[in-house]
Amino acid sequence: MKQFGGQALFLDRSDINTDEIIPAKYLTENTKMDLKPYVLEDLKLGGFDPKRDLADKGVIVSRANFGCGSSREHAVWVFEVNEINTVIAESFARIFRQNMYNCGMLAIELPAADIEQLFNLGGEVTVEVDLPAGKLTAKGERTAEFSFNLNDFDRRLVAAGGWLNYADKHY
Amino acid sequence: MGYTIVEKIFAAHRRDTPTPENIILDLDVVMCHEITTPIAITDLEARGMDRVFDPDKIKVVIDHVTPAKDSKTATQGKILRDWARRQNIRDFFDIGRNGVCHALFPEKGFIRPGYTVIMGDSHTCTHGAFGAFAAGVGTTDLEVGILKGVCSFRLPRTIKVEINGRMPAGVYAKDVILHIIKKLTVNGATDRVLEFGGPVVASMSMEARMTLCNMAIEAGATCGVCLPDKITAEYLWPFIKEQYTTIDEALADFQEWHSDPDAAYEQVLEFDVSTLVPQVTYGFKPDEVKDITEMEGVPVDQIYIGSCTNGRIEDLREAARVLKGKKISDQVRGILSPATPKVYNQALEEGLIKIFQEAGFCVTNPTCGACLGMSNGVLADGEICASTTNRNFNGRMGKGGIVHLMSPLSAAAAAVAGKITDPRVMLD
Ligand code: SF4
Repeated sequence: MKQFGGQALFLDRSDINTDEIIPAKYLTENTKMDLKPYVLEDLKLGGFDPKRDLADKGVIVSRANFGCGSSREHAVWVFEVNEINTVIAESFARIFRQNMYNCGMLAIELPAADIEQLFNLGGEVTVEVDLPAGKLTAKGERTAEFSFNLNDFDRRLVAAGGWLNYADKHY
Repeated sequence: MGYTIVEKIFAAHRRDTPTPENIILDLDVVMCHEITTPIAITDLEARGMDRVFDPDKIKVVIDHVTPAKDSKTATQGKILRDWARRQNIRDFFDIGRNGVCHALFPEKGFIRPGYTVIMGDSHTCTHGAFGAFAAGVGTTDLEVGILKGVCSFRLPRTIKVEINGRMPAGVYAKDVILHIIKKLTVNGATDRVLEFGGPVVASMSMEARMTLCNMAIEAGATCGVCLPDKITAEYLWPFIKEQYTTIDEALADFQEWHSDPDAAYEQVLEFDVSTLVPQVTYGFKPDEVKDITEMEGVPVDQIYIGSCTNGRIEDLREAARVLKGKKISDQVRGILSPATPKVYNQALEEGLIKIFQEAGFCVTNPTCGACLGMSNGVLADGEICASTTNRNFNGRMGKGGIVHLMSPLSAAAAAVAGKITDPRVMLD
């Protein structure tokens, strides 16, 4: 199982799509590592610079409908190779959320008010994930705790290190 | 309590129920293209799992970039081609026989009512037009599908979309679905199935139903679906005539895949299209939709007619109605990509290709190409495209490019006018 948590990158916008996370022109790369430099290259978000803003981050915090659009799992891999292990958002597009769990990564949904609170903690925010307890602790200038629900099947996928491992064992 | 079509399909394909919320489905068809499959193949190889669950249930096409545009896309095609041969996959469509997956596979009769279908492509929802459960998935789901013939889903709830009234002249399935997405918003149907019904859908061709279902994903839906009826049976007849003696016999069988009258819907949405006008997107999300009359005069640089949404024969016919005997504006370039070789040939026979060419359009081979900004019509920074495709995301057709989604008729009208314009005034 992967390790979860880390410093948070805040992307303050809803409907961030997978074309923005990794543009189609890079889908010809044949290894996950080759995708690394292009993460969030086309993100429409004022003042955002992926190279500068992504350094040392492990967690992304965003708004509603994160990962909508294309089914490309490259959007998950490009996070994985950039050492992002968790995305926390108000809601996810179905395929992106499934792709995260299929890769043994975390896509955590929190109510809008909790997300708002996370955005307002101030300073560099570090997120600790207590998976068994379903708890997040976020420390910035202020500290806050949040509880989250994980679908039991998704939890099994994370424990198995992804869907391929799980399916190979069970089907 | 009755069941919806998707609940019935799920019940008939249930392999496992790991939790009350999740289901593992047996798959009837796993479809593959050269963008998302090669990396699945190389991963399976690396894990020593280079096998397929059933070569006859796997359908493969090279469609996104074809002919290959560089060494990398050539390699993607090669990985897919070598694998199809090695695994004895007979339904493999290479250049000359290939077309956009969601237009080609229905044409080949691969999709039937009651089927479960996945593909590493978000617009797989198109195939729901046949009364199938068809969903786009990522590469890991695709790998497991290839290897084991199963896929996991959460139990989706169904939103019934009743489309009533009469379609006005100049208004098409594309306008209807853009209007519905505007109402639902881009995540209004997340983890839901959109079941399209009502008199307008009942009288729609399979092509129009595919256009509807194609864009279900743009409202976040897991799948779009139409109940299979006589129009479905007639479309499929060449492929099912060995199985049934009459269309009515097929229809009786298709009844199995009809939602029960007392099925539980999460929500029923009703739309009356009688007063609908042609629709067009602005901005960078497919729910940013306006009446075309509000966008009158927006200049465009490129017109693109094609894709899995609107590259079928009916779409070409609609566009040709406006283009016939006219020239496109000097200010624009027009690109037509018929979605499949069959569409291309039919358009040739009907004289449509000539109409497009005489109007000043470039006609390409069947491919996705410009739709996702990979080849055959990529936009330059700041350029604007009137497009019959399904996504207006930032950079979708080329970095810095802007896309306005619309029907083939509206796109053809924009080509002639050199700007977005109400196509209805060009109809005689
Ligand atoms: S035509 Fe466009 S949307 Fe359709 S499958 Fe091809 S790239 Fe995807």
